[in-house]
Amino acid sequence: MKPAPFEYARPSDLAEACAMLAAGDDARIIAGGQSLVPLMAMRLARPKRLIDIARLGELSFVRQEHACVAIGAATRQCVLEREALVRTAVPLLAKVMPFIGHAAIRSRGTIGGSLANADPAAEIVLVAVTLGATLVYRDGTSSAEMAASDFFVGPMMTALPATACLTAVRFPVWRDARIGVGFHEVSARRSDFALAAAAAQVALDDNGICRRLALGVGGVAARPLRLDAVARALAGTRAEEAAVREVVRAALAEIKPLSDLHASADYRRRAAAHLSVRAITDAYHAAAGADAG
Amino acid sequence: MRVDLTVNGETYALDVEPRMSLLDCLRERLLLTGAHAGCEHGVCGACTVLLDGAPVRSCLMFAVQADGYDITTIEGLAPGPGELSPIQDAFCETHGMQCGYCTPAMVLTAHALLADNPAPTRAQIVDAVSANLCRCTGYAQIVEAIALAADRMRGLNWPERGW
Amino acid sequence: MVKSFRFVSSDRRVREDRRFVVGRGRFAADIAVPGMRHVALVTSPHPAARILAIGKSEALAMAGVHCVLDGRELAGATQPLLAGLDTPKVPRRPLAVDVARYAGEWVAAVVADTRALAEDAAELVRVDYEPLSFVLDGEAAYAPGSPIVHADHGSNVLLDRTFVWGEVEKDFAESAHRLSLRLNWGRSSTVPIETFAVLASWDAWREILDVYASVQMPRFPEQVALALKLPGSSVRVHNDVDVGGSYGVKRGIKHAVLVGYLSRRLGCPVRLVEDRLENMRGGDGHGPERNFDVEVAFDDAGLIRSMKMRALDNVGAYAGRSPFQLGKPIGAIVGPYRIHSVQYQAIAVTSNKTTQEAVRAFGQSPTNYAIERAIEEVAKHRGLDRLEVRRRNLIRSEEFPYRIPSGTTYDSGDYHAVIDKVVARADYRALVAERDRLRMQGLLAGIGMAACLEPSGANSTFEPLLNPTNETTTYTDSCRINVDLSGAIAATIHTLSAGQGHETLVGIVVGEVLEIDPDRVRVVRPDSLSSLPSQSPVGSRMAIMLGGAAFHAAQKLKARLLAIAAHDLKIPLERATYAGGEVFDRATPQNRRSWSKLVTIAHRFFHRLPPGTEPGLAFTHVMQVPMGGRLPTEDGRVQMYPCFAFEFHLLLIAIDPILGKADIHRYFVGHDCGTVINPKIVRGMTMGGIAHGIGAALCEEFAYDAQGQLIAQTFMDYLLPSAHEVPPVDIVHHVTPSPHTVFGQKGSGESGYLGAPAAIASAVNDALAPLGIVVTSLPIRMAQLADMIAAARAKRA
Repeated sequence: MKPAPFEYARPSDLAEACAMLAAGDDARIIAGGQSLVPLMAMRLARPKRLIDIARLGELSFVRQEHACVAIGAATRQCVLEREALVRTAVPLLAKVMPFIGHAAIRSRGTIGGSLANADPAAEIVLVAVTLGATLVYRDGTSSAEMAASDFFVGPMMTALPATACLTAVRFPVWRDARIGVGFHEVSARRSDFALAAAAAQVALDDNGICRRLALGVGGVAARPLRLDAVARALAGTRAEEAAVREVVRAALAEIKPLSDLHASADYRRRAAAHLSVRAITDAYHAAAGADAG
Repeated sequence: MRVDLTVNGETYALDVEPRMSLLDCLRERLLLTGAHAGCEHGVCGACTVLLDGAPVRSCLMFAVQADGYDITTIEGLAPGPGELSPIQDAFCETHGMQCGYCTPAMVLTAHALLADNPAPTRAQIVDAVSANLCRCTGYAQIVEAIALAADRMRGLNWPERGW
Repeated sequence: MVKSFRFVSSDRRVREDRRFVVGRGRFAADIAVPGMRHVALVTSPHPAARILAIGKSEALAMAGVHCVLDGRELAGATQPLLAGLDTPKVPRRPLAVDVARYAGEWVAAVVADTRALAEDAAELVRVDYEPLSFVLDGEAAYAPGSPIVHADHGSNVLLDRTFVWGEVEKDFAESAHRLSLRLNWGRSSTVPIETFAVLASWDAWREILDVYASVQMPRFPEQVALALKLPGSSVRVHNDVDVGGSYGVKRGIKHAVLVGYLSRRLGCPVRLVEDRLENMRGGDGHGPERNFDVEVAFDDAGLIRSMKMRALDNVGAYAGRSPFQLGKPIGAIVGPYRIHSVQYQAIAVTSNKTTQEAVRAFGQSPTNYAIERAIEEVAKHRGLDRLEVRRRNLIRSEEFPYRIPSGTTYDSGDYHAVIDKVVARADYRALVAERDRLRMQGLLAGIGMAACLEPSGANSTFEPLLNPTNETTTYTDSCRINVDLSGAIAATIHTLSAGQGHETLVGIVVGEVLEIDPDRVRVVRPDSLSSLPSQSPVGSRMAIMLGGAAFHAAQKLKARLLAIAAHDLKIPLERATYAGGEVFDRATPQNRRSWSKLVTIAHRFFHRLPPGTEPGLAFTHVMQVPMGGRLPTEDGRVQMYPCFAFEFHLLLIAIDPILGKADIHRYFVGHDCGTVINPKIVRGMTMGGIAHGIGAALCEEFAYDAQGQLIAQTFMDYLLPSAHEVPPVDIVHHVTPSPHTVFGQKGSGESGYLGAPAAIASAVNDALAPLGIVVTSLPIRMAQLADMIAAARAKRA
C-alpha cells in the first residue's frame, strides 16, 4: 500500500506554508500524519504536494490567553499529555488524552491534525465541540476563526477552506472553583475509535448545585453533538441520576445516529445515553470532591 | 529528495522519493530489516521504531520527515555481537514470542516503557503492549518478559540511557 | 507412571528466540537479490463478472514497468492448482481466467522496478467487466436456482456426502429425548501479522527456480513444479526462511506459481509481498464459514446416545484443500464423549466470496463449538448441571484406547482428572459465587466451559475419505543426523517453521537420546532439493512426527556407536553400555571409548570398523504417521489422527447489559497433551490459541455487504485482539502419555483455539440465560449483543 507520488515541501514559517497552500495544485498540510498517511497508503487521499508544518515552532504552543487556553495546531498530543496548563485549565482535554490511540500515535499526532481530520469519534474533536472551542486558521495572508459547532460539518468534513491551514484552537476556561470532568467511550477493542463517547464538564456552587454543565456525545452522529438541552435542564440541579437519565434520553431521542458494520443506530443511541449519564455523574462527583479556591 | 537520517547513532545521506515511508527506507536502503510491515496503515505496530526514544509507527512517517531525530531500530539495542540487552534476554527467558515478526516492535516498546517508567504495573505493561498486535503468543509471555526485565533492571547499576 | 527425562519437559529456552529479539529473523520480504522486480495486483471490484478485455497499454507505457500478466496467458503456460476434492470443473489459477468470481480476486499482475511503481501501473490497467449475478450465502448457494459460481461444474456443490456410522435411526427411536439446534460459525481466519511474501528467481542455465516464501504447505515444492510444468528437481524451496505466523493459511501456492512464472518469463527475480488489502481480499486466507444442524438423542440422565450433524461450509469461489476441513473433524466427531452412533453430512459449497484456506485445527474448532453447544442444550433440557452432564458423557480413563463410531481410535486420556484439576484450581463454587455477585451488581455474568480434543499427529486420511480418486495414506516427516569428523552434530528439518520452536524440539530430542546437552546439536534446514519427505507443520504434528524422526535417527546413531565400540573393545554387544556420548564395557567400566574416539574410528579408521559398516556417522529416519497407512472402509471408517490431547476451559465472563461489552474476569484451562517436550513452547501455544479463540468468538469477522464487497478489509474493521482483550489465563497441566509416540508426547499447536470459542459461547449463553436469550452464531459482537439484550428486555417489560 504505497501512496501515489507527491512532492514534499517543508516551509520555514506559517506564511510560506500558507502561500504554498494558496498556490493551489492539490496541496495538503501534513503534521503528524497519523490520520493522513493511512488514507494516502490506501490511495483514498492523493495530494500532489505535501506541506509539512510539523516543525513550525510558531504552531506549537500551549498558552493562557485571557479566558482561554490557546494551543497551536501542530502541538503534538504527547506534549499535551504532559502539559500542566492543560491539566489545570482544560481538564476535559487532559481527561481524554490517554484514550487517543496509543502512545506511538500520540508521539506524532497533533491536536490540529485530529481537528482537521474531523472523525466523529475522535476524542479531541468531541472535547472541542463540548467546550465550544474556537478554531483559528489562516487562509493566504488573513486569519479567521470559527466556532467548533460551525467547523465540524460531517464525517471527516470541516468548513475549513481548502487553501487554509488550521493554526490554533482556543478552549474556554471555566473559572469556577469547583469543576469536575467525566469521559466514557465504548469500542469493541480498547483503543479503537469509539462507537459512542460522552464528555462532560460540570461546575458546582458551594452547595453542590450545578452552576454550569456541558455535555457532548461523539461517535454517534455525523459529527459530535453538544447537548445544550441537557445543559440547560440540569443547571440549577444536583444532577440526580434519574433526572439526568431522563433529560439525556429526551435529548438523544431527537438525533439520527450512524449505523455500520460495528454498531446499529439504536445501539449508538442507547450507548450514548448510558455513557452520558456516567460522564455527568463522574463529573459531578469529581467537582463535589474538588477543593474550593 | 535528499535526507539525512541518524539511525542507531550513525548518520546516512540518502536520496529518496518523498513517498518512501521511513519503514521502507530503513528496510530497503539501510538494510535494517528488523522493522516489519504488517498493515501499512498504522494499526498493528510491527513497524515500530523509536524517535528520540519514543515509539512511532514508521509506516506512518515518510523518510523525508525523519531527519533530525535519533532513530533507534531493533538493530541498535544489542550491546554487542552475540549479546543481548537485559530486555532482549528477558524475552528469551519467558519465550515472549513465537514467529518473531512482532518481536522487534515489542522489544522497542518495552525499551521505551521501561526508560520512562522503571517500575510499571501489570496494567501499564498491558497498556503499552496493546499498541502492538501479536497473533502467536496471546501476549502473556510478552507481558511477563517486560515485568521480568523491569525487575532485573532495577537490581542492576545501569546508566540512564543507552548501554 | 510418568517417566522422568533429562531434557524433555525441562524449562529450557527456545533457541530460535535469540535471532528474533535482535531483529535477525529472516522473513521472505527481508531477502533481496540483485535485479529483483516487484509485483502488484489488479483485482476485481465485482463479486462476479465476465472479463471482457484487459487494457494494458497505459500501464506498459510507464517507465519501469516490465509486464502486465493476465490470466489467459498464465493459464496457457501453467497447470491449474491442485484441488483436494475431485472437482476438475472447478479449476483454480493464480489469476482469473475469463471470469472473476469474487471481489478482490486477482485479475492481472503488474511487474515493475519497485512496488510503488507497480501499484501506480496497476491503477492504469483498464479492465472491462460485465457483472454477473452472484451468490454470497452458503445455504442460498446450496439451494437449487442459485447463481452458479463455476458454470461448467453445474452447481455450487463441491461436496455433499452423508456418512452413517452405527445404527443411528434405531438409537434415536430408542432414546427418551431428542433436541435439535442450528448454529453458525462466522467467517474469520488466523490473519498472521506477516502477509504472504514470495521471491522466485529462475536460473536459466542451472534450470533451477529458487523460491523463498513465507509458506506452510504440505508438498509445496512439488505443487509449484507441477503447476509450472517443471520437473521437481528444478524447484528449490528454501526452508530456512522464517515464517511470520501462519496457523494454516499460508498455503501460498497461487502466489508462488504466479511469481515463479513471472521470473521465468522475464528472466529476473520477481517478488510479491501482499499488502494488507491484497491479503484480506484476495490472498485466499479466509477460514471456515459453517452452518451446523445438530440433532442429539439422549436419555433422562442426559447421556447422549446418538448424534446427527449436518455441516455446510461456504468455501468461497474456489476449492483448494479447504473442503477437507469438513473431513478432518470426522476423526473426533463425537468430541470427548461416549456417543454411540453418528450420522454426518458434509457439504461444501462455492459462493462469490474470497477463497478459504486451512485454519488452525482444520475445522475442528467449529465442530467442537457445535458439539459443546449441543451438550449444553441437553443439560438445559434435563435441568441438569452442565459440568455434571459433561462428566457423565465423557469417555472414562479406563476405556482407552477408545474407538469412536467413525473408525478412529483415541489413544489415551484422563478427561475427568483434568476437569477435576481445573475445578479445584478455579474453586468452582467460589467462581459461581463470584458470578452471582456480579449479577447482583447489575451485570450479566456467566460461567462458560468447554471440553474438547486436539487431534494431533496429522494423517491425510480425510483425502481418500472425501475423494476416493486420491489414495494417499502416507504422511511423513524426516530427520537426518550427521556427526562430522570433529564430532559436531547436525540434525535437519525439511520444512519451514513459523515460530513453533522446531529447532529447539529437535535439539532436545536428539540431546535426550544421546544424553548430551541439546545446545550441542546444530539444527539446519536443507532446501527442498536436499531434503527428505516432510509434510510441513500442519495438523499439530511436529512434536510427534519431527520429534519421532529425530528420535529414531538418534537411536540409529547410538546403535552404531555401540556397535563400533563393542567391536573395538572386543566385547559382546550386550555388554556395551552407552552413557553421555561414551561407550564402556559394563563388566570392566574402565574399558571405554570416548565420543571423540568413536567419531574418529567411524570417519578415519576403516580397519577398526565392524565388517560391513558404512563409514561416517550419517543416519536418516523417514517416519510414517503412527496408526496410519490404511484406506477408509466402504462405509467411510478410518483412523484419522493418531494422538488426542484434551483441554477443558472454564471461564467467568461479565457483560455490561447496555454496552454489550464482555469482559473475561477469570480464565482457567486444563491441558493434557501427554509428555510436554518444552513447557515454554506449549504454554505459548495455548495462550496464543486462546487469544485466537477470543477473536473468533467475540470480534473477528470477514463481513460482506449485500453487494459482495468485503467490508472488513483493513485492521480497522477486522478486529484482532490486542493485549487488552486477552485476560490472564491460568493453565493447569496433566500428563497422560500417548502409547504411540517416542516420549508419550501429543501435539499442542492448536491448543486453546480448539475450545475457547465454545467456552466463550457457553459463558455468554449462561450470562444471557436469565433473559431467555440463546446466542447461536459466532462471532458474538458487542453492539449486536447489546441489541439482543435490549430487545429481550423490551419484550419482558
